[in-house]
Amino acid sequence: MSAIPLLALRGTRAPGRGLDPATGRAPTFWWRGLAAALAWFGLGALTRLWPNRVIGFSDWADTDEFGAAAYVVGAALLALTALGARAGRHARLSGAVRPAGAWLLALALLLAAWEAATAKLAWLPTPFFAPPQNLIEIYTQDWRRLADSAWNSVRLLTTGLAFGAAIGFVTGVAIGWSRVAGYWIHPLLRFLGPVPASALLPLAFFAFPSSHAAAVFVIALATFFPVTVLSWSGVAGVNRQYYDVARTLGASEWFLVWRVAIPAALPQVFVGLFMGLGAAFSVLVTAEMMGVKSGLGWYLTWAQGWAAYANMYAALLVMAVVCSSIVTLLFVLRDHLLSWQKGTVKW
Amino acid sequence: MVNAVLERAVIGGTGAPPTRGARIDVQGVSHRFELPGGPLPVLADIDLRLEAGEIVALLGPSGCGKSTLLRLVAGLEAASQGRLTQDGAPITRPDPSRIVVFQDPTLFPWRTVRANVALGLQARGVLKSQGARVDAALALVGLTEFAAAHPHQLSGGMAQRVALARALVNDPSLLVLDEPLGKLDSLTRLTMQSELVGLWQRAGFSALLVTHDVEEALFMAQRVIVLSDRPARIVAELVNDLPYPRHRGHPRLAELRHAALRQLGLDATW
Repeated sequence: MSAIPLLALRGTRAPGRGLDPATGRAPTFWWRGLAAALAWFGLGALTRLWPNRVIGFSDWADTDEFGAAAYVVGAALLALTALGARAGRHARLSGAVRPAGAWLLALALLLAAWEAATAKLAWLPTPFFAPPQNLIEIYTQDWRRLADSAWNSVRLLTTGLAFGAAIGFVTGVAIGWSRVAGYWIHPLLRFLGPVPASALLPLAFFAFPSSHAAAVFVIALATFFPVTVLSWSGVAGVNRQYYDVARTLGASEWFLVWRVAIPAALPQVFVGLFMGLGAAFSVLVTAEMMGVKSGLGWYLTWAQGWAAYANMYAALLVMAVVCSSIVTLLFVLRDHLLSWQKGTVKW
Repeated sequence: MVNAVLERAVIGGTGAPPTRGARIDVQGVSHRFELPGGPLPVLADIDLRLEAGEIVALLGPSGCGKSTLLRLVAGLEAASQGRLTQDGAPITRPDPSRIVVFQDPTLFPWRTVRANVALGLQARGVLKSQGARVDAALALVGLTEFAAAHPHQLSGGMAQRVALARALVNDPSLLVLDEPLGKLDSLTRLTMQSELVGLWQRAGFSALLVTHDVEEALFMAQRVIVLSDRPARIVAELVNDLPYPRHRGHPRLAELRHAALRQLGLDATW
């Protein structure tokens, strides 16, 4: 009987490396790669050969450099296309890039449209919209301040998140487990929980010794609410039979909480963490715009104050990368801890 | 000593089970649920003795209170009236010497098969010193190869065997079986009935089995207690003294089956 074949192999969803994800067959010539390479060459030519339309002030810097970068990308794609055609040790590299073919093509077209609409035709009003090469200029000129801002934001965010998530988790488990804790905490949670955390920022700024501490508090509060509610619902929703089983096997109260209730509630806790993370991002930026004197939110208002809109775009891009990376990290942690679940969403 | 028992179980004993099971006495037990609409009586004056090393089956209509009686014996709930004892000592709370196997395997999905089986040892803090028992129990139910699998990768029958291993690893003196085969397909069910009897013969625990399958009760148990509709009271006791291993086609089984159906008011279908 034990020979029944039923071990579902994990990870069968991902197609093998080097295989076409659409067809699952061995690679043929990479037509999309060739198209993408040509598109990047086109972008380079468009940038370098079509003169900028200069309005009012001096010309955009780094135009030629941006065009050269597009040529380099085009050349790299062309090389990959050529190498991919011959199977060999380069097949792995081109196999990793291959699925992104259509995106690489789209990206070149998008950048070309952007470049044309700003630098070449000046359709979009100049101080508010900057061409792509202007971002290169900002990243090379102001990278120190940007990196510093990003680092401060990450530090502030993780401090607040850590406090909020830890306290929320403990509170949620306590409410879900203990009648007394539920009696006292539940009404408070219902009344104060839904208040948008950013509404408490002005209060926090004068109640706390430093704006940094105030921001940590408010970010923690924003994280706390969803984590608490979902940890609580997770613990409350645990199959009662799990407790019966554990109790007949001689489990203590501590074992029931730690080894039964918490692992069973963990999927819900992660839902709460993802919700809390979203709330924390939003409060972080608001706090940095309102009072904290560093961070990407601060950089945004600072850039706006100087009408340096290109700096704003640069900071927004950095923010997207940072937030997306943090979400990815949380997904990695979840996939690791909840690997026993089947059919979880891949980020 | 506990190790010796499991080793004997793994190696396989002979014929009659060694008598180390618990003796359970149920004396004048009545029970009711306190519901919003008033109390609901579920058990009425039950008297029952389970001798050491005996298998007794409780047979009765659906919802009559059989599972409630098991919960009382397991110590998961306290009886409204009456006395339950194990070897003379009152049953007041759950204890690893009396292990329940439920209709659902209720394996913990976040634990591997091995960690599920290890649950009882871990809960009592003896996993380090007695970890070898986990592998012995897995071997006992024939699932050694699946030690690292997670429950969602198992078939229904295998999951129930893991639940059995999780119970047996604690070397219980009473196994409380609450329709343990109720959700299995009929072929797996027949196999598992024989496996359970085999395990009982080797390990020698006492067993209290709830089922609504007449044939299963008669095939496995030495005595079958027939219960009435709710509130459950004992209406008959059928003694099956056929030796193990039993044969399903034995005329005595058919006779007893007829008697049981008559007690359950299903005589017309015979």
